[in-house]
Amino acid sequence: MRARFWGTRGSLPVSLTATQVARKIGHALLAAQGRQYATLEEAQAFALTLPFHLAQTYGGHSSCVELELTPPSQHSHEYVLCDLGSGVRPFGNAVLAQHGAQTPNIFHVFMSHVHWDHIMGFPLFAPAYIPGNQIRIYGCHADLEAAFRRQHGTPSFPVEFDQLGARIEFITLTADRCHTIAGLQVTPLRQLHVGDSYGYRFETQQHTLVYSTDSEHKLDEPKITERFVDFFRAADLVIFDAMYSFAEAVSVKEDWGHSSNVTGVELCQMAGARHLALFHHEPMFDDTRIASVEAETRRFEEISRNGRPPLKVTTAYDGLEIDLAAR
Amino acid sequence: MELSFERRADVIVLKPLGRIDHEAAATFNAALAPYLENCKTGGDRLLFDLSALDYISSAGLRVLMVATKRTKPVGGEIAVAAPHSVVREVLEITRFNLVFPVYATVADGLQALSPGSQLSA
Repeated sequence: MRARFWGTRGSLPVSLTATQVARKIGHALLAAQGRQYATLEEAQAFALTLPFHLAQTYGGHSSCVELELTPPSQHSHEYVLCDLGSGVRPFGNAVLAQHGAQTPNIFHVFMSHVHWDHIMGFPLFAPAYIPGNQIRIYGCHADLEAAFRRQHGTPSFPVEFDQLGARIEFITLTADRCHTIAGLQVTPLRQLHVGDSYGYRFETQQHTLVYSTDSEHKLDEPKITERFVDFFRAADLVIFDAMYSFAEAVSVKEDWGHSSNVTGVELCQMAGARHLALFHHEPMFDDTRIASVEAETRRFEEISRNGRPPLKVTTAYDGLEIDLAAR
Repeated sequence: MELSFERRADVIVLKPLGRIDHEAAATFNAALAPYLENCKTGGDRLLFDLSALDYISSAGLRVLMVATKRTKPVGGEIAVAAPHSVVREVLEITRFNLVFPVYATVADGLQALSPGSQLSA
């Protein structure tokens, strides 16, 4: 299984400013120390040797993650997504680039919840406009369909939902029950968030991936903590809402429905998970700040390991692909 | 986890020993509770001497946060002092160094909380 991140930002999409881009170029020129590069490819290869936050960017699209079981060919393909934030727009364009507009595809989408940053990409998801495509949107919220319909049409958008060309279905899942969908065993779990959110545990015979965003963890009730530890148990990859610092999450931003890098590490350690992907980045954070959080999280994992096997920590960014390692 | 106690004038110095992880947090919480009662305006100030603390998890920090939330509205003051390098890193990574003052030594903490406290044992 491969996880491909199309949108990793929390709450609101952001983009680099002109000043931030100029600063990155300045850093790269300073690091080059006057060296000459004959081609753009050579210069780019050098840029990729620089620290990620200096020469690249974590990106700014809101939540959208693709789970790939088999790579698509030119033929019809079944895609699996988590959430439809603004990151689904470049995903849709990549699908059209892969297949053209004539090949019908099936899209299975698992919704954590229907807050705006998680649905806002759908009106600009090009495959939704193409007859022959099937879009199956799964979730545990009773108002799943209403939330999507509400953001289409007057006065919010020029196209009514019923004008979309694809066949779109909404399928309600039951939490704590294992469903078989698109070759995956899928189990939703209710999470602490305003209006509720749901995490998903995806299992194949080879791999387990947990998608757990927009979830606050108080860790003050052992029974609830144990539920999440079981949910994360031995996962190959946990995609985790690490929007706030731990102090923020338990003080000024308590009950805002998000979690921290430190809580992600601790839950994954208790669960024996292998790999933690920090996700749903605070939109106020620039690349330097996110890189700093990543370094601190890796250090915290070392400090708190206490004899357990190491937990790999990665900061998700728009465009990142993670291949789940063979067991 | 053990919690020792020493009064220095109007400052109560609490010294946790060992590790405060998820298992020990409830014990820490129970041991701390009696000292919160009088942590208020005109009452005691609390200074945590962290010099013998090996590690503190988020659950332990949450206990300190709850104590701060409970005492601050009634004028209570809480500070920590003398964390060794690992605990200091945890405080910085979690941003708990922004929640309450962190002093390099117990003497610094006593001086800041109550200048007269260092004269009376």
